[in-house]
Order: sequence, then structure tokens, then C-alpha cells
Amino acid sequence: MGYPQKIHPRETPVLSKHFGDAEALTLQGWRARGGYTALEQALGMEPAAITNVVKESGLRGRGGAGFPTGMKWSFMKPGDGKPHYLCCNADESEPGTFKDREIMRWTPHAVVEGCAIAAYAIAAETTYIYIRGEFTEPLREMTRAVKEAYGAGILGPNAMGSGKRIDVHVHKGAGAYICGEETALMNSLEGRRGNPRIKPPFPAVAGLFSQPTTINNVETLAAVPQILTNGAQWYKGLCLGSPKSTGTKLYSVCGNVRYPGNYEVTMGFSFKEFLYDLCGGPPEGRTFKAIIPGGSSVPIMTAEEAESAVMDYEGFVAAGSMLGSGGVICFDDQQNMVKQIARLARFYAHESCAQCTQCREGTAWTTKILERIRDGGGTPEDLDTLLDLAEQMTGKTICVLSDSCATPVVSGIQKFRREFEALIPPSRSRVSTAALANAVA
Amino acid sequence: MSDAARDMGQKVAPSELAAGHDPHGAPYEPVFVGGRRAELDELLTHYPTKMAALLPALWMVQEDRGWVSADAMVEVAGVLGLTPAYVRGVVTFYTMYHQHPVGKYFVQVCTTSPCNVCGAEDVVRALLERTGCGELGVTSPDGRFTVIEVECLGACGFATPVMINEEFIESVTPQRVPDILSRLK
Amino acid sequence: MTSPPLVNLTIEGRPVAVPPGTSILEAAKYAGVLIPHYCYHPALPVAGLCRMCLVEVEKMPKLAPSCATAVAEGQVVYVHSEQAREARKGVLEFLLINHPLDCPICDQSGECELQDYTFAEGRKDSRYQEPKRFNPVEDFGGDVVYVPNRCILCTRCVRFMDDVAQDSVLNVSERGDRAVIGKFEGADLTHPWASNVVDLCPVGALLSKDFLNKARAWELDRAASICPNCTQGCNVILETRDNVVVRMRPRPNDEVNKFFACDYGRLNYRWINRRDRVELPYVRATGQLVSTDWDRAIRTAATLLGKGRAFVLASPMLSNEALYLLSRLTRGNGGVGVFGIERGPEAPLPGVEDLALRAERAANVRGAELLGFAERDTPVDEVQAGDVLVVADEELSGADPTAAAAAASRAGAVIVIATTLPAWARDAADVILPITNFAEEEGTFTNLRGRVQRFLQARAGPGVARPSWFVLSDLLAARGERTSYFLASEVFAALAADRAEFAGLSYDSLGLRGAPARAGQFAEAAS
Repeated sequence: MGYPQKIHPRETPVLSKHFGDAEALTLQGWRARGGYTALEQALGMEPAAITNVVKESGLRGRGGAGFPTGMKWSFMKPGDGKPHYLCCNADESEPGTFKDREIMRWTPHAVVEGCAIAAYAIAAETTYIYIRGEFTEPLREMTRAVKEAYGAGILGPNAMGSGKRIDVHVHKGAGAYICGEETALMNSLEGRRGNPRIKPPFPAVAGLFSQPTTINNVETLAAVPQILTNGAQWYKGLCLGSPKSTGTKLYSVCGNVRYPGNYEVTMGFSFKEFLYDLCGGPPEGRTFKAIIPGGSSVPIMTAEEAESAVMDYEGFVAAGSMLGSGGVICFDDQQNMVKQIARLARFYAHESCAQCTQCREGTAWTTKILERIRDGGGTPEDLDTLLDLAEQMTGKTICVLSDSCATPVVSGIQKFRREFEALIPPSRSRVSTAALANAVA
Repeated sequence: MSDAARDMGQKVAPSELAAGHDPHGAPYEPVFVGGRRAELDELLTHYPTKMAALLPALWMVQEDRGWVSADAMVEVAGVLGLTPAYVRGVVTFYTMYHQHPVGKYFVQVCTTSPCNVCGAEDVVRALLERTGCGELGVTSPDGRFTVIEVECLGACGFATPVMINEEFIESVTPQRVPDILSRLK
Repeated sequence: MTSPPLVNLTIEGRPVAVPPGTSILEAAKYAGVLIPHYCYHPALPVAGLCRMCLVEVEKMPKLAPSCATAVAEGQVVYVHSEQAREARKGVLEFLLINHPLDCPICDQSGECELQDYTFAEGRKDSRYQEPKRFNPVEDFGGDVVYVPNRCILCTRCVRFMDDVAQDSVLNVSERGDRAVIGKFEGADLTHPWASNVVDLCPVGALLSKDFLNKARAWELDRAASICPNCTQGCNVILETRDNVVVRMRPRPNDEVNKFFACDYGRLNYRWINRRDRVELPYVRATGQLVSTDWDRAIRTAATLLGKGRAFVLASPMLSNEALYLLSRLTRGNGGVGVFGIERGPEAPLPGVEDLALRAERAANVRGAELLGFAERDTPVDEVQAGDVLVVADEELSGADPTAAAAAASRAGAVIVIATTLPAWARDAADVILPITNFAEEEGTFTNLRGRVQRFLQARAGPGVARPSWFVLSDLLAARGERTSYFLASEVFAALAADRAEFAGLSYDSLGLRGAPARAGQFAEAAS
């Protein structure tokens, strides 16, 4: 749980074990807690063997896409004579998500170690940790931890005496949610506008500076040292449900909930028990109305749907949503869903990079319609228009920001239609220009 | 600039972008001399291209000057072998680079949904009142504060987070506002 | 070395075979299918961001951006399926929500790709109720004005300046629906090739100041031509309204100028419309110039030509046909042919191989050289006493006016064949024969690489002025030569039969793309 709350007995603290423990921040403290033994072990292994361990463990990308990490690493072809790069995606900007922030500001060395192991496995001599500019504390802690690691010879031209070069640089972002998209992150690192790229080419073929690149999330990389130390079977065993979802997930719980914070549970946990038992349920005197389980880009669930869901990749899909980044946003019965969905749309409109027509214009138009409805100026055609726009904004763009704006709109209208309709006076109907022309003629 | 554009977050109209010079008309002093130049040179060894040092270089400018002026864009462009137009394209993409001077304390309040349902708008109102700004994006008469709304700051469980310059303050409520502001000189 | 096998696919039911790596959009051209698009342009790096070119591909879960998707063996592509059409309709709707209702006052109207596709596939009415985004018009410098409200952010202009002109003065500024094309103060579109962004812009966001509000696209008559203003020989379209040339735009030619023309070239057309033209033939009678009919003028000139060595001073702006016939005037009398040339700074377009505004500021320098004329810095100095001085379309405006008058007085006779009358000729000319300029006749030019290219007539000449080759043909006939050229193509055929460098060429073989004169000998790039 978020500091200063204590770890709940039903949690499985793997990444969050040392949250709140100031001594774990330093290199010395981290080593005392078993840190860097995994890296030492890794440097004595063949890179391909490390990738196999990660593959076996079933670790999947924790940034939101859930792509199998070991498979992603295996796309990096060894011995191609090209410089390889690892990017650690610490741009955490998905509304509702605040886990990477905690991992970095409490256990920065876990991230450094995870990066180093991954870099060695994919033959990347240079790693960039791209941290969003607003994360003052993580930037400070990660920069300090990297410096400590260099000072101790863990990083540098001769990592831990292995003869291998592992360089890690912290790179500060400057305010753009879209830079969390892996190809936009690479463009931003290169000193460009944070525009996502068309794929193919895929990053493993031509990524950062047109060289083979792997991009992994902070939480994903922080899990790697423990997987190496405790073994793939151990990680696979941390699984209560679908065998395709293994290990633990750090869920960021926020919004209208009694005990907001980060909770680490094994894959396959019951969402109902999670929400009521661990997170304390809704605030005093309120009930849950809506839950978004995986950051604002996944479909909104009704409280009933949430209470029947299983917390893993497959489970959330079966319940009509997605695990995404694991940012659990709770809305109680007092909340105005139209207002909140309008606010989410405004977020996406603000963050659109402006490349694709549907996103650039659609996110702003969607926002304007929703705010007009919110403020009492809605017309009956508006809901159909919104759904139409959402369809045009889905599956047609370079990246999925456009889809992500459409998702809360579609799921919101689908599941909370009455709240929208209540704000739209039935008598007001917009006359189309064609009809008007006919009437006047 | 239209209200519609300003409403959606456009900060400066294209025609106003040209006015990116020191409001007091003082001649521009270069940033990348002495220590900063050495720092930039060291930083350039981290990347295979000069262009990749652009965001870090802009951060150095903003740390030293408080904002990124048009003259600063020309300097950065020159140092990195880019055109000023290119640098401007990058600066206007990222929200954290100020293209005009702001108050001594730049107050950013997250109002995206997770914080919105926890009273973020009340925090904004309290800040606007206590700082004397009255309006979003407008610097207070004493020049000390500018308050804006920002998108998700990645601290949703600690609603409402507020950034004041580089300081990140968690769990701000309207009740805490007077105390927080009183600590700022 | 054999090339890799072609990729076979089906587009809209038509089979095509294209080299691997070809985009679906390009492959569709071979199938005769135009996939609507904005940001894609064959001369620019692929951006894939307008999303207009999305097509349905069997077995692909999402619509594919055809400009950015390579062909694959056995692909089945639908451009006009319901899904693809609905997607295009969506893009058009999104583009129009902030687009001002400017068609009545927008220069692009009639040649606007937003109009064209909306008319074909867009919605019949608008359902946008919110306020539109507004930004004021901006002067981008050079010949370009930017109207942000109309901009669809296709970024063709930015990519052109970045990659082809290699002068990064344009950017995309801001984010989301606030995005506009921006620049930096003090750095304008003054690059010698910057005006091409106006051609590239699919809508009326980037406009030519020169053409602003001058004419409607549908009022223009068009003729394929060659830019006359330097030796590069960029292919152009001459556009006229009521017989006045109002615009000169590049025409694609992969061998010469790709899709581009330089600012100096394209904006230098006003001289074509000059009103101070010679409209009638003149002969000198009792010391005065008297207007006369063509027969008498030709006979007088023919008689004069028999009286001495022909010294032909020709303009390198004349066509191959005219220069060829002029060179025939020098035969049998020990005559010489010379030309002078104006020069200016060269301005290459870095992103295209061998394309530049050339220092020699005339279209047919190479043609003049191949047809026996020699370049002289001071062309008239070599006129000897008793020469028959023939001045063909050369004003000698740069030269010392006294030198021209002195040469004229040394000469035994002066025949002026002109579009406009040089000042010194008023007192010196014995015969004046009015001709049309290149835009008023048909002909060919030879560019600096020896490429022979046709230009077609774009406007009617003034008065009774006749095509240069026609007048010279009559002159030669009056001298007793067996010529009967009624078409420019016949003159060219004679030229090709007579001069080895042009052997084998004909108007048919030249078409509108041109062809190299004797390959190998003259096509090497100059140092």
C-alpha cells in the first residue's frame, strides 16, 4: 500500500516489500536486502539463458500492453554488429496509475538492477531511463542510484568486473502523456516531438537512432532481478487464475475509495475481495457506482461487473474491460459520470500529438460535445454522434490514444446512458442544414 | 487566439509566439557558457546525436532563466546544430517548457478524473483565491504566483497532488492551502 | 544480376505485379486505381498520418494505411469497400469541422483536394455545432502566405523544406487540435525553391502571393510548356486567363525536375505578357520605318541577305526550330552565328539529384551550341563592315548601347526579327519582322543535359506576328531554298535529318516527356 499505510496481509509484496523503508534507497541498504546478487548471477550466464528464464516465468509487460517480456527480448538479434538499446519507460502518465513512481522513489536500485540485467540479456550497452518531467522525486532518486551504481563499478565499462559495458542514463521528459507510447518515447529521446511512429519497422529492428531497441516498463524491469534469484517457476507459481497471467501486479487504487494506494497481489485475485477487503470499499456512506480497473484507457465497469471480475489479463477481458496499467479508479454514487467522462476526453484531447486526423480533431470534438451535454446544452443526436465518432476513432490511427479516448465514451454511454439522457432536454433537437434548406425553399 | 483554442489548452497564438523576448528588453545573455557549457558537453557524450540532447538542454535553459525565450531557442539551436524553427516545434509540443515568464511560483494542480472526484477543483478554487491570481494562467498582481490546471501527475492515490516549480506536494486539500502557501516567500 | 521477383496482388479485383517494397498506394496506380490521400507524396518521406489512404486488406484485422504498407504476395485489397469508404468519410468529416467555409474566397477552389474528395465521398451536411478554431493569416515570407484555418496538417510543406530543400524553416507547433504550421521570426520561406510548398499543399492553406485572388482555377486555360528562364528545362504548365499568362506551375518529369520548379523560374512569366510588342512588319523607306505587309517585308529581307556575309545574333531563348533555320542563313556566305547569355547565381535543390536554377538564364543555350552558334561576351563586336546583321529576338539590353549602334552602322544591312523592338533598332533596322514568343508558338528547347523537350502554344500572339520558324521558313524560301514547312514538327523533322545530334528524334518520340539528344555524347553532367 502507499506509504505510510502498512502492507495488507493478503498482499504478496514482491516489488513493494521495501516501500517506505528509507534504508532501502541507498546502494548499501539495497545490497543488505539482497540487491545486485541477481545481476552478478546474470553476468555469469549466457544472455540467451537469461531471456529463457524470463520467458519461462510468464512475465508480461506491466505498462499496459501485457506483451510477453521474454518474447520481446528474443526479438533482439545477437551479433548483428549494431548498437542495441534498452529504454526503461518511466513516463507513467495513464490517469489512475502511480505505481512506477513508488517503485522508483522507494526502490530505485531494483530498477537499475532490472535494467542492467535486461541490457545484458539483449546486448544493449546503453540504457536510457525516460522519466516524465513531473516526477521530481523519482528523477532525484534514480539519478542518485545510477550514480551510486557507477561509483561502485556496478555500471560502466566493466560492469561488476564482467568485462561487459552497461551504461545507464536518466533522461527527463517534459510533459507529454503520449511519450509513454514506446515509439513516441524513442522520438522524444532523439530530441524530436513525441510523435508515435508507424510500425513496421518495429523497435527491435529499427528503434532508437534507427537501431534495434527494446522498451520495457519500470514495473516489468523491477521484477526481473527477483525472477532471476527465485527462479521462473517461483514467478509462475504466483498465479491464482489463468496460467497465462503469472507473478504479481502492483495495482494503483485511487478515486472514491477508503484506502487509496498501491496494492501488490498475485495474478488471479478476486476483484470484489480486493476492492472491499484490501482497499476498504467506498467512502463512508457511499456505494461504488463505476470502476475503471486498468487506467482511463480501458472500458468502464459497473460496480456489479467489477465485483464479478478476476484480476488478471484474461479475467478482466472476460468481465468486459482490460487489465491495462492496473490503475484502479473508483467512482462512487455521488459522482457525475458525464462530467468525469467529459474530463477524461479533455485529457486525451490535450495530449493528442496531432498527427492523425481522427485523433487530432476527434478527441477535441468529443470533448466539446460532452462538455456541452454536461452543461445542459446537449441535443438528442449527440449520443449517436459521439458513438459514431468513437467508431471512427478506433482502429484507424498510428497509435491507440484515439482508441483510448473512444473507450470511456463508448463504455460510459453503454453503461450509464440514463445519466447522459437526464442531462439532455428531449424537446431540443438540432435541425440539419439540409432539412432547414428544404423548409425554407 | 480563439476562445475555443485557448479553452483546449493552446498557450500562445502563433502570431504571439514571435513575442518571446525579454519583457524588459534586456539583451540576451547566453546560457551555455562556463559550467553549463561543460555540463552540456558531458551530456553530449551520452547520445550518438546532438539532437538527442535537445530536451536536456532546454531543461538547463529553463532551470537558469525560468522560461525558454525565443533568444534561448536560437542559442540552443546554434549549439546543437539545429534550426530555431525546429527547436520551437519541439518546445511548443511539451507542456512543461514555459514560452513566457511565469510567476515566481508556478502552481500546477492535477484535475484529471481520479483527482477530480476527490475534490481537485475545490483545491484549484482555494489556490486561485489565496494567491490572488483569480484566474487560471494569470500571474498574481505581486508577481509571485501563476496557477494552472494540469493533466494527470501520476500521484492519483495521493489526491490532490500539486506541483510548485520543482516541488511535488501530495494530498493537498483546500484546508491545507493556506499553510502550503505561507511557506513560500 | 537479376532483380528480385515481382509481387503479385489484387487491387479492386485487378491483378498487379510490382517490385517488392512498393507501397499498396503506388501499386494501385498500376491497377488504375487512385487511392485518395493527402499526406503522401512520391517525392517526400512517408508520414502516414492523414489516414485518408486506409484500405481494407483481406486477412488484416485493421484497415491498412496504403502509403505505408508494403505489398505482399497474394494480398487482396479493397479501396472502395464499405469499410474503406466509411473510414474516408470519417476523415473528411474530421477535416471539415474546423475548416472555414472559405470556398467562395479561397484560391484553391476548383483545384482543391478537400473539395474533390468531399464532393465524391464526403457527408452531405455538417453535424458540427461547436465554435471553430481560429488563427490569423500569416506571411511566411517569399511568395507564400499561410492560412492556418484551412490547414489539414498533412505536413507536406514541413517535409519538403526539411528533406528536399534541406532548409528547416517550417515546423509543426503546438499539439492536438491547436496544432499549426509554424516558423521562427527572421527565418522565412526565402529558399529559392520554397514556393513548391504552395503546389504541394492539397488545400488553400499555403497560397502564392503572386497568384492571390487573380483568377479562378476553372477560368484558366492550360498548356504544357518548358520554363524558359534557365537551362534546367523544368517542365511547366502555362496557365492563362483571357490570353494573359497568370501562372506558371511545375509539371512532373522524373528525368528533369521531378515535381518542382524554382521561385525565380515560376515567378518570371510577366515578360510573356508584355504589351510593347512589334505587331506589324516594317521596312525602311526614305529613311523612315514604314509598316508593310509580310510579302514585301520578307522579299526586302531576302534581297538584303544576298548582299554580304550573314552575321546572326540569336537569342538563346529561341526554339531549336528557329535556331536551326537561322543557322541556315549563314550557309554559303561564310556567315557566323553568335549568342550572348545573361547569368545569375545558381541555386540547387539539394534533395534532388542534378536539379538547380542554372547560372545561364535562358532556355536553349545548349540548343544554340548544338546548332552552330557560339557564345560571345560582347556578341556584336565581331560585326564586320558590309555584314548583313540579323538580330533575332535579342534586345542586347545588357550590352553597351553604343556598341550595338556602332555594329549596326558597320553592317551593310540590319534585319531585326523581334518580339519587342530594341531601342537602337529604331534608327538602324532596315527590316523588322514580328515574331511570337515561346508561349505563343510551338517548338522545342534543349536543356543543359541535352534533353530535347517540346513546348505547346499557350496564348495567341499579338497583331500579325508569326511563329519564329514560320517567318524564317518564308525567308529561306524567298532566298531560293526548297522549304515548305507548314508545321513546327516539319521543321523539327528537317532539323533531325540534318543535324546528327538530333538524329532519330521526332515530335512523336519526344511526346510531353522529352528525350535526350544523341545519348552519351552530351548527357554527361557538367563539372
